[in-house]
Amino acid sequence: MYELPTSQFPSPRSRFSPSPRLLPWLIVGVVLLYGVLYPNLHVVIASLQSDAGWSLANYRQVLSQSIVLESIFASVGVSILTVLFCAAVGVPLAFLFERYAFPARRLFATLAALPLVLPPLVGTIAFIFLFGESGILARFAQSIFGLENSPWSLRGWPALLFFHTYTMYPFFYMLTGAGLRRIDASLAEAAQSLGAGRLRVLARVVLPQLTPSLIAAALLTFMTSMASFSAPLLFGGSVRVLTLEIYTARQRGDAGVAVTETVILALISLSALVVFQRYEGTRKFAASALKGATKKRQAITGGRARALAIAGGVIFSLILVLPVATLVLVSFASEGQWTVQTLPPSYTVANYAKIFSDPRASEVFLNSLSMSAIAAGAALVWSFCVAAVMARKGGRNWKRVLSWLILVPWALPGTVVAVSIAEAYGQTSPLLGSFILVGTFWILPVVYFLRFMPLVVRALQASMEQLDAALEEAASSLGARWWRRLTRVTLPLVWPGAVAGTLLAFVIALGEYVASVLIFVPNNRPVSIAIASELREFNLGTAAAYGVVLMLIIGIIMMVATRLERSRA
Amino acid sequence: MGVAEIDHPDMSLLSLKQISKTFDKTQAVADVSLDVERGEFFGLLGPSGCGKTTTLRMIAGLEKPDAGVIEFDGRDITNLPAERRGFGMVFQNYALFPHLNVFENVAFGLRARHTSKPEILERVNSALDLVQLPGYEKRRVDELSGGQQQRVAIARAIAIEPALLLFDEPLSNLDVTLREATRGELRELVARLGLTAVYVTHDQEEAFALCDRISVMGGGRILQTARPRELYEQPAQLSVARFLGRNNLIRAMRLSSSKSDLGEFKTLDGGHTIRVPVGELDLAPLNQPCILAIRPEHVVIGSGNDNTANALEAEVREINFAGATSSIKLDANGLLLEALTLEADGLSAGDHCSVVLPPERISLLKNE
Repeated sequence: MYELPTSQFPSPRSRFSPSPRLLPWLIVGVVLLYGVLYPNLHVVIASLQSDAGWSLANYRQVLSQSIVLESIFASVGVSILTVLFCAAVGVPLAFLFERYAFPARRLFATLAALPLVLPPLVGTIAFIFLFGESGILARFAQSIFGLENSPWSLRGWPALLFFHTYTMYPFFYMLTGAGLRRIDASLAEAAQSLGAGRLRVLARVVLPQLTPSLIAAALLTFMTSMASFSAPLLFGGSVRVLTLEIYTARQRGDAGVAVTETVILALISLSALVVFQRYEGTRKFAASALKGATKKRQAITGGRARALAIAGGVIFSLILVLPVATLVLVSFASEGQWTVQTLPPSYTVANYAKIFSDPRASEVFLNSLSMSAIAAGAALVWSFCVAAVMARKGGRNWKRVLSWLILVPWALPGTVVAVSIAEAYGQTSPLLGSFILVGTFWILPVVYFLRFMPLVVRALQASMEQLDAALEEAASSLGARWWRRLTRVTLPLVWPGAVAGTLLAFVIALGEYVASVLIFVPNNRPVSIAIASELREFNLGTAAAYGVVLMLIIGIIMMVATRLERSRA
Repeated sequence: MGVAEIDHPDMSLLSLKQISKTFDKTQAVADVSLDVERGEFFGLLGPSGCGKTTTLRMIAGLEKPDAGVIEFDGRDITNLPAERRGFGMVFQNYALFPHLNVFENVAFGLRARHTSKPEILERVNSALDLVQLPGYEKRRVDELSGGQQQRVAIARAIAIEPALLLFDEPLSNLDVTLREATRGELRELVARLGLTAVYVTHDQEEAFALCDRISVMGGGRILQTARPRELYEQPAQLSVARFLGRNNLIRAMRLSSSKSDLGEFKTLDGGHTIRVPVGELDLAPLNQPCILAIRPEHVVIGSGNDNTANALEAEVREINFAGATSSIKLDANGLLLEALTLEADGLSAGDHCSVVLPPERISLLKNE
C-alpha cells in the first residue's frame, strides 16, 4: 500500500546540481581567507619583522616610548570612563521612558536615539560650533559677562568624555529599553506579593535580568570608544589615544611603528571582547517558556512630578537637538562673515548652491553613495551566504570558528581594519600575484564591507533566532531538504530583518571617516573627507552644509528601515 | 508488549528497537521498543518529560537516536533524514508557515516533491475538503482561529499522502469543547484514509478515546503497552496505576497459606485478609510486601454479608459530592479507602458500613 518515500525522490536534478549549494561555501571561505585571515596575519607578521628578520625590535621600540604607553593608558581610560558615563545617562533614561507615561513621551523617546545616526565626524564639528571655545555658547557667555576670552575650552579629557557620552549613551538607552520590555512583569509582581519593596524588586529581580543587556551595551560602548578617532583628532588636545598615534605614525611614514601599534590596539579590543563575552555567558538566563505580559507604563499623574518629567524631557531634548540645530544654522551662514559674533551675522543658501553646482563637490556624495551601496549590497548577499553555511547540520566547531572570524572585523577599530588591508594589499606578494588594492576605487568599498558586514550578519541571525524552530521541522517533515527549507521558509521570513540591518550598515558607511582618512584615493573622496578638508580651510558653512545633507539622507533611510522593521511585527 | 507482535515481527509497519536518546547528560529516552501495526492508531501517553515527544521526533527523523534501530515496512530508516521519510507530522503549535496562505501551506510538501500543478490543485482541494475548510485557500493563516489553523496543519500533513501520520499533542491548544469535537473528527478522518498514526498526548482521556493501543511512558521508558481498557483495569505497574486515574493502593503481604487460584494477602494497614486472583506466582513472592490496586468505582458499599469475599467493616470519614458521582472516604480499621458511587445512599460521616473489594477487580502490581 505504501512505498517507502525515498522512492518519491528520484529527482537527479536536486542531487546532481551542486552549484547553488557550494557557492555560499566558496564565497564564505574566500572572503574570510582574504578579507580577515590574510590581512590580519600579515599585519602581525609585519610587526614581528625588522631589517634583520624576525624580532621583537618593533615592540621594544614602541613600548619604550612613553608617548605610546600614555596613549594605551588614555585609550583604555577614556573607554572605561565613557562606559560609566553612558550607563549613568542611558539606563535611567530607559527606565523613565519604558516605565512611565507622560505627555510627549514618544517624541522624547524617539529623539533619544538621535545620536545613533549622527556620523561621528559630523557630530564632532557640530560640537565645535556649539560648545567649542569660539562656539555659540562660549561667545554667548562672553557677551553676557563681558569676558575677554572664552570661559572654557573644548579640549582634553572632559571634552572627549562629554562628546563620547553624547554619541554613545544610546547603546545603553536602547539595549536597556529592549531588556526591560522583555522582562515578564509577573516576576516583579510575584516579588512584590512576597513582600519585597520597590528597591528590593529592582536590585534582586529586575537588575539581574537586565545584566545581559547591560553587558552588551558596555561592550558596544567600550569598543566604539576604543575605536573613536574624529573626536580625539579634532578636540582631544593633549590626550593622545592609540587610533590617533597610528594615524600620525602612518602620516610620518613610520610603517613599522604604525603596524605594531595596530597590533596592540587590536589585541586590547579583542581581549575586551573575550572578557565581556565570557562574563555574558555566565549571566545568561534561560528564556522563560511561559510568555508573560510586559509591564504597563505607569502614568505620572502627580502635578509636580509631571511637570518635572516634562521639564526634564524638554531640557534633555534641547541638549540632544541643539548640536544638530547649530549645524543647520551654520550651514546657512555666509562664509567668512562669522568671526566674533555669538550667532552668524548673515545668512545665505550659497553653501548649498556650491555643493550642488560644483561637480567636484557634489561628486563626493555620489562617491559615498555608490561605495556604501556596493558595500551594503555585498554585505546582504554575504549574510545570506553565511546563513546558508550555518544552516547545515553538524560541524559545530567549524561554525564557532566561522562566527569568530566574522566578528573580528567588527571588534577591530576602523583604523586597524584600514591599516591591515592597506598593508596586505599595498604591494605585490607571492601569495596574491600582482593584485594591488591600494590606490584603486575598490579599497574603500572593500573596507566598508569588512567593517560593517558583521552588523548585517548579526541582524539576520537575530531574526533567525526569533524564528520558531518547528517551522523548519515542519518543512523537513513535508519533504523539503535544506536548500528548499532555507529558500522557501527561512529566508522569506527573515529578510526584513536582514534588509533593516543592511540599511543600517549603509547609513554608517555613508559617514565613515576613520578608515577612509587613512586610505582614500584623491579622485574618489567620500563625503567625510570633503567635510574635513572644508573644515581645514575654514569653510565652516560649506562643511556644515555637507553634514546637513548627509544627515538628511541618513534620516530618510532610517525611516525606511524603521518602517520595514515595523511591517515585520 | 503484546504477544502477537513478537510472534510476527514482519507484520508491523513501524518498529522501534531499543531506542535510546540522551540530551547533554539527561537520558530522555531509554531502551524503548514498540511495534505499530498497519492501520493502527497508536498512542504514546505519559506525563511531561517522560520522553514521549522525543520518541515521536525520532520516529519523524527530527532527532537521531544514540542507540537502537527504527524500522519502517521492514527497512532500516534510523539514519534517513526527516525530509526523506514521507511521514506527515502535526505539531503542537501547528507550525504553519506565516508567509504563505492556506493553499500554499497545504501545497508545500507537494511542491517539494515536484508534483505537477493540476495534481497539486486537486490534492490541496481534496485535503481542505477533508478537514472541512473548502474556500479558505487564499486566507492568511494568521487570520484563522485556533481550530481552523489546526485543520490546516492536518490538511498539510495528509496532503502528501503520508506513509505514517505523527501527532504531537495537536489538541492541547484548543479549548475543551472544541478539543472533544475535533478528537472525534480526527479519529474518523484517519480511519477513513486508512492511515497509520502515532499520537503523543499527556491526556489520558484523549488517548483512551482515540487510540487502539497505547504505550504508557515514564522516565524515558515504556512502562506498559496495551489496549486502553486493559491499561485501565490491569495496570502492570504502580506508576501506570498512579498515572491513569484514581486508585486505591493497598500495601499488603502475601501469606504462605494461599489457595491455588486466589492468593491470600494481609494488608499492612488494618490487618485485613484479602483474596486476589494470582496468575503468575513470581509476581508476589511469599512474605514479601507488594501493592494491590482497586479503582474507587469498583469498591462496593453496603451489600456485604459474612460469606462475601473481601468484605470489611468501615467507618465513613468524608463524603464529597461531585455531580454525577459521590466520592466516599472510608476508614476500615486504619486502611483508608476511596469509593465512588452514583448515590451516597443516605450515608453521612461517622456512619458504619460494610465495604466489599471484589477479588476480580483487584490487580496485583509489579514491585518497582
